[in-house]
Amino acid sequence: MSTSSLVDNSLVAQYALQLGDDALILSQRLSEWCAHSPELEEDVALANLALDLLGQARTLLTYAGTLEGRGRSEDDLAFLRTEREFRNVLLVEQPNGDFAVTIARQLYFATYQYELYTALRESTDAEFAGLAAKAVKEVAYHRDHAVQWTLRLGDGTEESHRRMQEGLDLLWPYTAELFAADSVALALAETGVAVDPRTLRPAWEASIAAVIEAATLTMPGGSWQPRGGRAGEHTEGFGLLVGEMQALHRQFPGAAW
Amino acid sequence: MTAEGSAGTEGAAGVAGAAGAEAAAGAARPGAAPRELQARFEELIAADERVEPRDWMPEAYRKTLVRQIAQHAHSEIIGMQPEGNWITRAPSLRRKAILLAKVQDEAGHGLYLYAAAETLGVDRADLLDALHTGRQKYSSIFNYPTLTWADIGAIGWLVDGAAIINQIPLQRCSYGPYARAMVRICKEESFHQRQGFELLHDLAHGTPEQHAMAQDALDRWWWPSLMMFGPPDAESAHSAQSMAWRIKRHSNDDLRQRFVDISAPQAEALGLTIPDPDLRWNEERGHYDFGEIDWSEFQEVLAGNGPCNRQRVAQRVRAHEDGEWVRQAALAYAAKQEAKLAAKPAANLSENPSETKEVVAA
Ligand SMILES: [Fe+2]
Ligand SMILES: [Fe+2]
Repeated sequence: MSTSSLVDNSLVAQYALQLGDDALILSQRLSEWCAHSPELEEDVALANLALDLLGQARTLLTYAGTLEGRGRSEDDLAFLRTEREFRNVLLVEQPNGDFAVTIARQLYFATYQYELYTALRESTDAEFAGLAAKAVKEVAYHRDHAVQWTLRLGDGTEESHRRMQEGLDLLWPYTAELFAADSVALALAETGVAVDPRTLRPAWEASIAAVIEAATLTMPGGSWQPRGGRAGEHTEGFGLLVGEMQALHRQFPGAAW
Repeated sequence: MTAEGSAGTEGAAGVAGAAGAEAAAGAARPGAAPRELQARFEELIAADERVEPRDWMPEAYRKTLVRQIAQHAHSEIIGMQPEGNWITRAPSLRRKAILLAKVQDEAGHGLYLYAAAETLGVDRADLLDALHTGRQKYSSIFNYPTLTWADIGAIGWLVDGAAIINQIPLQRCSYGPYARAMVRICKEESFHQRQGFELLHDLAHGTPEQHAMAQDALDRWWWPSLMMFGPPDAESAHSAQSMAWRIKRHSNDDLRQRFVDISAPQAEALGLTIPDPDLRWNEERGHYDFGEIDWSEFQEVLAGNGPCNRQRVAQRVRAHEDGEWVRQAALAYAAKQEAKLAAKPAANLSENPSETKEVVAA
């Protein structure tokens, strides 16, 4: 908010929406695990991750609403946008799958978020810098949780090794979008408000490669790189996620909760 | 049925100390216990002191505690299902965060309580098996469905509220680990209760549709909540012995009365009507009179024929079975790491202590 007026507020709002939607949608997916986890400790841990992400989402959506100046609250943004208006990457909306798929998604995304927030602490926008300074501690734990489970599953039993590899392979294509040259981020990176996503890739990849090797797994590959989330073009399952999330709120227009 | 949805310990580590095995060994001693041990136990109880895992205890006392604490733990984790049902649909982000945190608390309560039970020489895995096969029960209240968002408020206000009333006296229960568990858990339950009340308050003072939703929830949850205190004193199978052992301190009917006395004015503050035409203040008794409870419904649900009994157990079993390969992997990984450590010369061990630590902390 302290950024000079030279920065286009609507661009900053869009960036806040991108990061906020990433956190919101992943939180929604993680909370689907509630009472379905492999053990009680994981019910606690996954709820904890979902809560952290929800907190980040609320800060970011509230900020986006303030910047756009149309009087929209965090709830207006979460519950009253159509699925085409969400700006999250496709990775976070991917279904939970088995526990290995969820862990693969966590490993990819938490490692990305860790690099992102680490850099964003230096943002010239005080709001982003403040959020990043707090959230980087949270996602450091998220990353550690995912790393520990990747190791256990990769170097556990034959079955867990196979499932973990399948999870990593399944979601790998969606990681490209995390580092794509998005026009909003690039424009804001010039003034130091945002982070150029492309710069995060080397550290991310080195970190992922090290974990995968330690877990006796194989680095996935392939050239398919689906994207579109930042432009509101999502996967088919996303409509159902949004429908479920918004159903009750939309059933009672104008009601307060 | 005595202990509803909550209990805990001051921390799983504190409870699950090495004492568990000792207690089990002591309790399992064949034949009649030496007279001094029995006398010492009775002294502790009479002096209103705590029995600790290292102390000798009669086998029947141990069994009663295992049954009660396990049932309590099971209630915590089964209770996550009806509430978890609404996390993805919570109508505001603030409410979503509150509900997520609450359900997470309940999972934590489950963990504390299983740890408390383990001080009595049983295993969490065995207790879960008893839950999955129907040999142990959980609070019947969770066999009712959460049909609307208002049910989340009703559960917080009434079910957590009833749990608190059950559990406050358990903070002074004669078994130390269980008593200490209750202290921490009661604090969290009173948050849940307040949040539930606040949720319902907002609905009751919202649009007419929201008000109707809140009233409907109260209509459905009121009577099952009264049943949470267990059968009437005259028919309560375990009450007398549990009171003598100071596991229990008040009768079912006394606690139920306390709950009605607290809840009736709260319902008034909410602007909602308790679905009991016989509910009225009795000046002479200094208590609310209330109507007859339909104990046949209670017996039906207890017998497994509530709306959700089958669904709740089936989901629990499915989660457990689906997670089997994950738990196996964690065990296999831990075994491999241990073998690696054992194979390493001691000098090497200290070279990368951080790595070692990570591996051990499953
Ligand atoms: Fe609880
Ligand atoms: Fe609770």
